[in-house]
Amino acid sequence: MVKIHERKFISVDPEKCVGCQVCEYACSFNKEKAFNPLKSRIRVVRVSQVANMAVTCRLCEDPACVAACPRDALSQASDTGNIVLDKDKCNGCGWCIEACDYGAIMLHPETKVVYVCDLCKDKADGPQCVKWCPEEALTVVTSDVLAQKARISAIKKLFQEPEKIE
Amino acid sequence: MFGYAGRVLHVDLATGKTNIEKLDNETAKKYVGGIGIGMKLWLANSKAGVDALSPENPLVLAVGPVSATMFPTGGNGHAFISKSPATGGVGEAVSHGTFGAEIKRAGYDAIVFTGKAEKPVYLWIDDESVQVFDAGNLWGKSPAETEDAIKDELGDYYIRVASIGLAGEKKSKIANIINEKTRAAGRTGLGAVMGSKNLKAIAVRGTSDIVVAKPEEFIEMVKEYHERMKGPAAQKYRTLGTSENIMTQNAMYCMPTRNYNNAHFENAQKVSGEALNERYIAKIIACNSCAMRCEHEAIIREGPYKGTMARMEYDNIWALGPNCGVDRLDAIIKAAELCNYYGLDAQSTGVTISFLMDCHEKGILTHEELDGVDAHFGNAEALVQLVEKIGKREGIGDMLADGVKIAAQKIGKDSDKLAQNIKGLEVTGYDLRCLKTTALSFAVSFRGADHSRSGAYTMDLSGKVDRFKAEKGRGKLVKDSEDVYALIDSLIVCKNAKGTFYKELVDLAKLYMLVTGYDMTPQELGLAGERINNLARLINIREGLGRKDDTLPWKVMNQPIPDDGPAKGSVVTQDELNLLLDDYYQARGWTPNGVPTKDLLEKLGLNEFSSITSGKEE
Repeated sequence: MVKIHERKFISVDPEKCVGCQVCEYACSFNKEKAFNPLKSRIRVVRVSQVANMAVTCRLCEDPACVAACPRDALSQASDTGNIVLDKDKCNGCGWCIEACDYGAIMLHPETKVVYVCDLCKDKADGPQCVKWCPEEALTVVTSDVLAQKARISAIKKLFQEPEKIE
Repeated sequence: MFGYAGRVLHVDLATGKTNIEKLDNETAKKYVGGIGIGMKLWLANSKAGVDALSPENPLVLAVGPVSATMFPTGGNGHAFISKSPATGGVGEAVSHGTFGAEIKRAGYDAIVFTGKAEKPVYLWIDDESVQVFDAGNLWGKSPAETEDAIKDELGDYYIRVASIGLAGEKKSKIANIINEKTRAAGRTGLGAVMGSKNLKAIAVRGTSDIVVAKPEEFIEMVKEYHERMKGPAAQKYRTLGTSENIMTQNAMYCMPTRNYNNAHFENAQKVSGEALNERYIAKIIACNSCAMRCEHEAIIREGPYKGTMARMEYDNIWALGPNCGVDRLDAIIKAAELCNYYGLDAQSTGVTISFLMDCHEKGILTHEELDGVDAHFGNAEALVQLVEKIGKREGIGDMLADGVKIAAQKIGKDSDKLAQNIKGLEVTGYDLRCLKTTALSFAVSFRGADHSRSGAYTMDLSGKVDRFKAEKGRGKLVKDSEDVYALIDSLIVCKNAKGTFYKELVDLAKLYMLVTGYDMTPQELGLAGERINNLARLINIREGLGRKDDTLPWKVMNQPIPDDGPAKGSVVTQDELNLLLDDYYQARGWTPNGVPTKDLLEKLGLNEFSSITSGKEE
């Protein structure tokens, strides 16, 4: 028996994301009781008017941020895959920031240690950005489900089904 | 202080010196924010009769108490206020995006620019640090190019920028101020005021937390409005967008066509919202904090205008399309892109081009006088050429670059009868001859011909009132709606979301209270809206405007709608206009001259300005 990866992360559909930054407000309000995109664990990028996408931690299988930390301040939780920070060990050196290909781990402007999405593990209703996104562009998925969706979408296109492709 | 940063930044461009003025609670509550506080600051920092393009004319940038919060559409607005070079009265334009939120996070409710820089500069606001930088290398660039260049220069890609294009640099009185590439503070020519100060751009990065007075109740209200925005109140904006109006207004024969020669466009289908969405709309995007997103981005993928991208709305399609008799959407999108490139208000630009076409067709201007452009209604190529020439002030473009009123003065020969403007500001896409509440609202709008100062047009279009009739009672309708609109532009929330405020003043007062913590009843907030409109009137009176300027374009009053259809023969007579104006002034508590009475100023707490009206009441 093989085991399907159960690690979940927040996936963003660039077709649906409109760059409204509601996720940033929801995140910073939930985590820091203030509206401030600089304290959001998810960040919106507008490369051009038609290319918008929010980015947050993908809970990589072999996270570069953890590997890069020279002080062993970062680790990955074996059950959820969350990136966990030992605040006492972090000195804000930024090696993890440099290592992350997605800009998903950041230095907090006040605490001076790094911070990253934890999928709102303390919230019963899950990640707040997903809950708030007006476009339903954010979903909490496993990599396996993501691949399933991609396959279905590709096959639908191939057979040119008349119904609207999700 | 919640909702307000409590600070006004003053920048003297002549010396580069800056200082901070405290914004006290009383002023904040009295004028709310946005255009309210902006006009108050303008009045306090200017002298009567100031030349709009002189260093002595202050330019004010203001945000509102709701700015940078999570309230949908509330996070993102900002307003520019000054004396308009186009009208000589209040110059005011609101824009959305994210720029306004960034100003608030940097810690300012408003910025007052005075003086003129010796050479082109831009302002860089990095929270507390405010610096005036050389903009020599940016001069001549488009707003989008300017934004990219500043981000590169400063090395921060989350900086927000508002800037002028070539038209503003050349002090075109139809120039706008563009932020984030596709959003414009469009009307009343404030790009020229910025250009006259040698101020190319304002770049800002703000990092402060924004905290509201009642966070838990506030977030519940946000949730409620997210739901409302998914419902019918915002349906139009979420789907076809404002360009839906092309077909609906055309069917009602109230879409001015070929510079008001018609009220119905036979080829409307070709430039409809449906055609636009089907062929060109690549993406609908949102401003900061918005849950209804409405910004329709059009891309041309093939043909002579391949690679063109512009934000399309009813207003720019109408002005550059049916209003010029043009039925080619690709050319209209190209013309809209060029307006953004040069920093021109697309509405005023379109009306100026249709004016030229009209002058040519009526023989007022000969073909030889047209600088090689075949300016006929329906000529899509001429449309694109003329936007280029106006943007560069090149050849015939120089004559047109200050809008129709000034172009008509230069041309003479009774051409002012073809110049569709009020107070020097070009009309927008609502045929006033058969929309009589709208006609009144345009006549009295403090910034000139415009549909954004009240919701009068929705009353006419929805059938709430008989649109063909001028009757008593319309004055009160316009007045009440103007007061709500003034608040929308002061808080600042978005007018496209106005339908989600089911109870208007009640809802807005609740929002204001949850954000600021100030108890304000809906009545008190309504009074603030009235105060802001009266403040605008006081500015206009101080600058020499009055009842004589509350009028309508010649064609609206002298050339009935010729098209066979429901509106055939409609026109606004002088008697009708007089009746409407009297009714409106009465509803406002103004004298028959259109001057606020002493009692009214007393009631609104505007006594400090009573010297402006003294001797002018009769």
